[in-house]
Amino acid sequence: MKREGEVRIPSGCAISGIFSKKRRLFSGEMAIDSIRVMHDRSNGLGGGFAGYGIYPEYQEYFALHVLYDDRKAKVETEEFLEEHFDVINLSKIPTRKIHAIKDEPLIWRYFVEPLRTRLMESQLEEYEYTARCVMKVNLHIKGACIISSGKNMGVFKAMGYPEDVGEFYRLEDYKGYCWTAHGRYPTNTPGWWGGAHPFSLLDVSVVHNGEISSYDANRRFMEMFGYKCTLQTDTEVIAYMIDYFHRKQGLPLDKVASILAAPLWSTIDRMEEKQKREITYLRKNFSSALITGPFSILVGFEGGLMALNDRLKLRSLVVGEKDDMVYMGSEESAIRILENDFDKLTYPKGGVPYIVKLEDQQ
Amino acid sequence: MKYIDAKDLHYKELNKLIRYEEDTHVTLTNVMGQRFIGCALEGKNIDITGIPGNALGACLNGGSIITVHNNCQDATGDTMDDGEIIVHGNSGDTAGYAMRGGKILIKESGGYRMGLHMKAYNERQPLMIVGNRVGSFCGEYLAGGTIIVLGYRENGNCPVGNFCGTGMYGGRIFLRSNELPKDLSPYIDASVATIEELESIREEVTSFCSLFDITNIDLDKDNFYILSQSKVNEYKKKYTTV
Repeated sequence: MKREGEVRIPSGCAISGIFSKKRRLFSGEMAIDSIRVMHDRSNGLGGGFAGYGIYPEYQEYFALHVLYDDRKAKVETEEFLEEHFDVINLSKIPTRKIHAIKDEPLIWRYFVEPLRTRLMESQLEEYEYTARCVMKVNLHIKGACIISSGKNMGVFKAMGYPEDVGEFYRLEDYKGYCWTAHGRYPTNTPGWWGGAHPFSLLDVSVVHNGEISSYDANRRFMEMFGYKCTLQTDTEVIAYMIDYFHRKQGLPLDKVASILAAPLWSTIDRMEEKQKREITYLRKNFSSALITGPFSILVGFEGGLMALNDRLKLRSLVVGEKDDMVYMGSEESAIRILENDFDKLTYPKGGVPYIVKLEDQQ
Repeated sequence: MKYIDAKDLHYKELNKLIRYEEDTHVTLTNVMGQRFIGCALEGKNIDITGIPGNALGACLNGGSIITVHNNCQDATGDTMDDGEIIVHGNSGDTAGYAMRGGKILIKESGGYRMGLHMKAYNERQPLMIVGNRVGSFCGEYLAGGTIIVLGYRENGNCPVGNFCGTGMYGGRIFLRSNELPKDLSPYIDASVATIEELESIREEVTSFCSLFDITNIDLDKDNFYILSQSKVNEYKKKYTTV
């Protein structure tokens, strides 16, 4: 079987996200109910979820979710982890045997803290240190894939329809203040576990509906900064670009959105002077990070959630708010199933991000 | 009148039930994202509560009226031939894509690419009316038919997003507005609608307003612009080499 990266994969897909601005915790079942409505947007070749606030008892540690093809990969990875981290806790991620999900890899979870001595040696802060370790494992250890590496968050993904993936991972047992979900429709390959969404690095996770025409330009640009695209589906590079601009360069997310989905020059021409200067600067300096092609994405991060469409808005996206809850989805039906009486319903414009944050973090 | 509870029905089952129902008036409740409702249907009325899925009334045929009491999603009336789709709320993107006959009436607002590449032929003259506003690329590549955007909550502000009518080479777009879109393409002629032009849409606009209880629209007093393909810079010349 050819893996992704050896063949090109455009995809259809469904996305949805749920967020409580008051940090009220709710189970992953809500995300399953939402994504199930859009069943026909997926074809059973990938589904996944990201939950935020799900590991309060381990919130100061990085939570690594790892997929292993075989024992050898596990042994090798655990050796690496022991060398670089203090492993506070490790366990199999609990799953439920169901008919719809087959051929599962070994799925493990580690709560870790960078080893003090190694961290000092590296002269890095702990996030950069951890990110580099994750890249290293994904690049160099055959058969190992770290799919999630943030604090107090986790990614759960598999081959199958998303509602089955949610059942498989027993998401009803996790409670978070934010969930995103993805149903995949790759059309050129069998797909595989690591290639399902969300794609995640540290606390940033991305679910994506669309196809990035500029993938290779974006990938080469990110390689200059040490990001290696190991999963080689287009979405992965979005996660890295957001990590680079937001965490490393310290740009606020709305500015990051102006880079990834920069307005057309004719639109920039009509902006008022200050905004025009700013957007022109971003567009000129980071032209290699412009994503062309159709996309709608949801970006989960510590304390918030962002929805963004490509500037021409070639994919659908709807956002509804009710009290402290925010619902986002590819289709209105996917959010109406959870809430029928919105205070506010928004169809975000192309290239204009919709960002929500926890009230206590604003 | 036949009632169908659409709860948990897959779109294929639901559409089969509608198609083989002998009653010509079908009322659907609890619709939640089922696609292709009323696809290529002929001579039947469908009443919908809930959220119909994408491609509602695709390839719709004559004698059919689909009424939606909430919002609808994307690609409503895709390639529809005839009949009517009435939406008492908003529409998602690309309603009336490649539509070649019939009417789409949307009370509130529409998303991006409304009426994309609508076309007309002899007596087939498609019509789309949107009560409030639409997103960017409205009437993109318009080849025929009429799009009317009324901006009834817009207080005279321009009710369309960017790139309205880009690439149009036929048809007409009416905008009830005190200002023109700021980025109109040089391939479009824009002018204040004449009395004759307004007369040609009076009946449709009046019945639209009474259908949806919209009372603040006055064809005789309000300013309407009409957009059509440029008579000087014709796109046609780009497509054909003579």
